[in-house]
Amino acid sequence: MFGELWESFTDALEGLGSVVHFLFRLIVNSPRVLLRFNLISQQIFNSGALSLIIIVLSGLFVGMVLGLQGFQLLQRFGSEEALGTAATIGLVKELGPVVTALLFAGRAGTALASELGLMRATDQLSAMEMMAVDPIQRVVVPRFLGGVIAMPLLAAIFSVIGIYGAQLVGVQIMGVDSGSFWSQMRSAVSLTDVTEGIAKSFAFGVACSLIAVYQGYYATPTAEGVGRATTSTVVTSAVVILFLDYLITAAFL
Amino acid sequence: MNQRAPIIDIRNLDYAINGRPVFAGLDIQIPRGKVTAVMGPSGTGKTTLLRLITGQVLADGGEIKVAGQDMQALSRAELYVLRRRMGMLFQNGALLTDFSVFENVAFPLREHTDLTERLIRQLVLTKLQAVGLRGAAELMPAELSGGMSRRVALARAIVMDPELLIYDEPFVGLDPISLGVILRLIRRLNDTLGITSIVVSHDVQEISTVADQVFLLSGGKVVAGGTPQELKTNPTEIVKQFIGGLADGPVPFHFPAADYFGELMSRSEDL
Repeated sequence: MFGELWESFTDALEGLGSVVHFLFRLIVNSPRVLLRFNLISQQIFNSGALSLIIIVLSGLFVGMVLGLQGFQLLQRFGSEEALGTAATIGLVKELGPVVTALLFAGRAGTALASELGLMRATDQLSAMEMMAVDPIQRVVVPRFLGGVIAMPLLAAIFSVIGIYGAQLVGVQIMGVDSGSFWSQMRSAVSLTDVTEGIAKSFAFGVACSLIAVYQGYYATPTAEGVGRATTSTVVTSAVVILFLDYLITAAFL
Repeated sequence: MNQRAPIIDIRNLDYAINGRPVFAGLDIQIPRGKVTAVMGPSGTGKTTLLRLITGQVLADGGEIKVAGQDMQALSRAELYVLRRRMGMLFQNGALLTDFSVFENVAFPLREHTDLTERLIRQLVLTKLQAVGLRGAAELMPAELSGGMSRRVALARAIVMDPELLIYDEPFVGLDPISLGVILRLIRRLNDTLGITSIVVSHDVQEISTVADQVFLLSGGKVVAGGTPQELKTNPTEIVKQFIGGLADGPVPFHFPAADYFGELMSRSEDL
């Protein structure tokens, strides 16, 4: 019993070590890849632009729900003008980065993991190695950097659309005064709030992209292996995102 | 460099996967400019041998020299320099599925050279013409048949003008026409480009028509070597079994198992 526990503990530690080592390899290779920015921009398109619809729609609905819930709650204290502030802080600091990252892991992360896993299973990565092209540099790093760049942009778009959604419900439907909605928001939301949101979305971007490319690159080269890599990308990303969220929130207190 | 020295010189090679020895004291020398076939029953480590020759895995012991360089001692950068002098055809072609046929063949040129677009176009079309697929340049890999994929992969393997061309099971799953095309291409490319070809296969009849020399692997060692004709007249049991395609012989029909009767009885008692 104790032996098994110890074994799974050392296994987990070993896994973490190999992820960190992989991250180190990606970082070492990044400068050279940055010189070929067209490779990265293609991946920003794949991870970012192609995730836009789901991000915009989700942002709008989350914002609208916030507007509705926030209005009902604030109305009890007669302070519905604070709706702009409440919705914005909620979105920029918390919901924007977290929900975007969860959606990003589901949309872009799974696509990355299955793409790399299939490339492994169909010998495309080995073929590159045989052509003296380093697949880490040519395939993995551009996808990783594309995700790292796309994620904060998506989170920003999510928050902006979310604020618009909250305004749509709060101001247009529930009748909160438009002037106080915006002016209270501007005076109450500080730069630190925005920085916290940016820090989170960047950290989540690194985590999600790293988990996806790691799972895909080291996937067992079978149909089942690729499936497992895709599933564990979503599961691991979700847990890591929420854990990091707690850490960063605590750090900004 | 000595042109007479073998391009691949393997001495006393040991290699094990998960503690199970694949090669124990393997010796093999592959001469330049010839088509050499490496044959053997499934699971004798033919593909593993290719992975060792190309430096995808490292040997546990012994020496592997490719074009005079010791594979065990090469750094990653040196290995990549050496690999530019090799071309490899994978079993399924391993084309990059995101790129068209043209871009697949152009890929090594774009990665390794600064040639102008015009020159890349000319080189790619020349190589595609050599494998008879210039007309398919704009197709995507998913639109190709198995035989066509392999020919495109072959064009890609020769686009950097390698000295050594390695084929991993090039005939698996091909119809007779595609198979004939690949066979002729192996011979023609070897002779016209003046390269060395290594073909790993277990298709005895097919390979006998193109190979200058054949090595038969079994049990982690070379059990026979020579021209295809010499192999056909080889009296050794294992060679006779392999060349004749006999179901039972030194390579047993049955996977090692417990006593048949005993196992049947024990199962029925358990139920």
